[in-house]
Amino acid sequence: MSGVLTLAVELAWWQQTGIRAVLGLVAVLLPAGTLVYLFLFKMMSFMQSRLGPMEAGPYGSLQLLAEVGKFLQKEDIIPEKADRIVFKAAPFVVLISTFLLVIVIPAGPDAWFIDVDTGIFLALAVSSISVIGILMAGWASSSKYSLLGALRAAGQLVAYELPLVLAVIGVVIQAGTLNVQGIVMAQATGEIFGWGGIGNPFILTQFLGFAIFLIAVQAELTQPPFDMPVAESELVTGYLTEYSGLRFLLFFIGEFATAAIFAALASTLFLGGWYVPGIDPTSDLFNVIGPVILLSKVILVSFLIFWFRFTYPRFREDQLQQLAWKVLIPLSLANIVVTGVLKVVF
Amino acid sequence: MTTLAALEGMDRLSSGDVLVAQNVAFAIMAITMVAAALRMVTTRNVVHAALYLVIVLAGVAGLFILLGAEFLGVTQVMVYIGAIVVLFLFGIMLTKGSFGEDDGVTGERRLMAGLVGLLVFGVMAAALVESFADAEISRSGPSTTADIADSIFSAYIVPFEAVSVLLLAALIGAIVVARKD
Repeated sequence: MSGVLTLAVELAWWQQTGIRAVLGLVAVLLPAGTLVYLFLFKMMSFMQSRLGPMEAGPYGSLQLLAEVGKFLQKEDIIPEKADRIVFKAAPFVVLISTFLLVIVIPAGPDAWFIDVDTGIFLALAVSSISVIGILMAGWASSSKYSLLGALRAAGQLVAYELPLVLAVIGVVIQAGTLNVQGIVMAQATGEIFGWGGIGNPFILTQFLGFAIFLIAVQAELTQPPFDMPVAESELVTGYLTEYSGLRFLLFFIGEFATAAIFAALASTLFLGGWYVPGIDPTSDLFNVIGPVILLSKVILVSFLIFWFRFTYPRFREDQLQQLAWKVLIPLSLANIVVTGVLKVVF
Repeated sequence: MTTLAALEGMDRLSSGDVLVAQNVAFAIMAITMVAAALRMVTTRNVVHAALYLVIVLAGVAGLFILLGAEFLGVTQVMVYIGAIVVLFLFGIMLTKGSFGEDDGVTGERRLMAGLVGLLVFGVMAAALVESFADAEISRSGPSTTADIADSIFSAYIVPFEAVSVLLLAALIGAIVVARKD
C-alpha cells in the first residue's frame, strides 16, 4: 500500500497513520504560518509604507512564534452567560473542517493522504462544516455582536458556496473525473491543440471558473472585501468578539490555514497542482519536489487573494448577495453549459 | 486508487467472515447516534437540538462510508450538514434570537410524536425485514462514483428528472409564498 511516501520498508497501519497525522499537522500549520508572515505581516506593511515586524529575528521572521507565545499566555475568558460547551467546541469544529480539507490535496504522484473517487466533492462538502462552527461561536457567545456576525457569516457562506461548487464543475467536466489526482494528471498529460509542451493547465480554458472560484474563496474566508461578518467598525469582530487567548488563536489559524488550503485547491484545479512542465508526471521525483512546487503555487494564488484583501473596500450586505446571486451564479452556470457543449464537440 | 471505504480497512473478504474493525466502528457510531438522537428530542434548547442533529447526520454519513457508499456519505455531509442544518440554525437564530435561556420547547405533543415515531419504526422495520430478511450485502467492493453517475443518467433518468422538476416546483412555490403582493 503506497502511503504518504513510497518507502522500501513496509510500515504497520498505525505507523502510517502516525506519519499521516504529523504530516497533516505540518500541511495545515506550515502554509498558514507562511501566509501570515509573508502577506499579513510583510506585504500589507509594504503596501502601507511601513516595515511591519522587524524586532523578533531577522526581518521579524520569528514574530509568528512570539505571537503564538503571547496568545498562549492570555487568559481564556468565557462570558458569564455563554453556553460553555458550545462556546468551547466551536473553534474545534472550524479546525476539523480545515484538517479534513487538507487531506484531499495531493502533493505528488504518491504523496497523498487519501486518494478517493469523490476527491474534490469531498473537499467542497467538508469545507461547508465550518459554517456550523461559526454559527455555534456566534450563538454561544451570547452577545448581540457575535450573533449578528455569525448570521451574516452564515448568509454569506451559504450564498458563495454555490458559485464555488459550480466553478469547480467546469474543471470536473473537462477532466472527466472528481478525483483530485486524476484532475492533476489530466492537466499534466493534456494537450493544447495537439501541443503537449506545458500540458493543459485548466486556467487557460477555465479562466472564468478560476476567477469565480477566487472571488467565492475570498467570500468563504470572510476576508475584505467580503468581511461584513467581522466588520470591525460595525460589529467589533463579529463572531470572534468574545474569544480570547488560545481559542481566538485557533480561529485565527483556521482562517489562514483555510486560505492556504483553498489556494492549494485552486492551484490543483487550475494550475496543475504539483506538476511542472518538462518532467514526466509519473516520475518519482515529483514525490520530493511536488510539495515545494505546490507550496510555491499556493503562495502565488494567495498573493492574489491577499492583494484583493488589502486593497478593496468592504461591500454592503445587499451588494454582496447581489454579486453572488445575480452575477456569479448565472456566469458559472453559463460556464458549465459552454464547457459541456465544447466537451461533446471536441 | 483507494476509496474511503478501503481506508476504513474494508478488505474484500469472502462472504461469512466477520469484519471486526467494521463491527467496532459500527458499534461506536451507532451508540453515538442513538445517544445524540435521544438527546435531540429530549433537550429543551432548540439550538442544542439542531447541534445534536448534526451528530446524528454525521453518523449516518459515517455508516454510508463504512458500507462502501462513499459518494452517498459525502453527499450526506454536503446536503444535510452543510446546508440543511445550517438553514435550521440560521432560522432558529434569526427568529428567536434568545440565547442561554430555555427556549421552552413544549412537551404537549410528546404523546402524538411518540405514537408517530413508533408507527414509523414499525412500518420501516417490517418493510426491511420483509424485503431483506437474511440477505447479506454484497462485499464485492465499494460502489464507485462513476457507477452511480451511469445508473442515474441511464436506468433512473426519468425519476431523476422528475425529482428535478419537483424541486423546481418547490422553489417556485417558496418564492410565491414569500412574495407579499
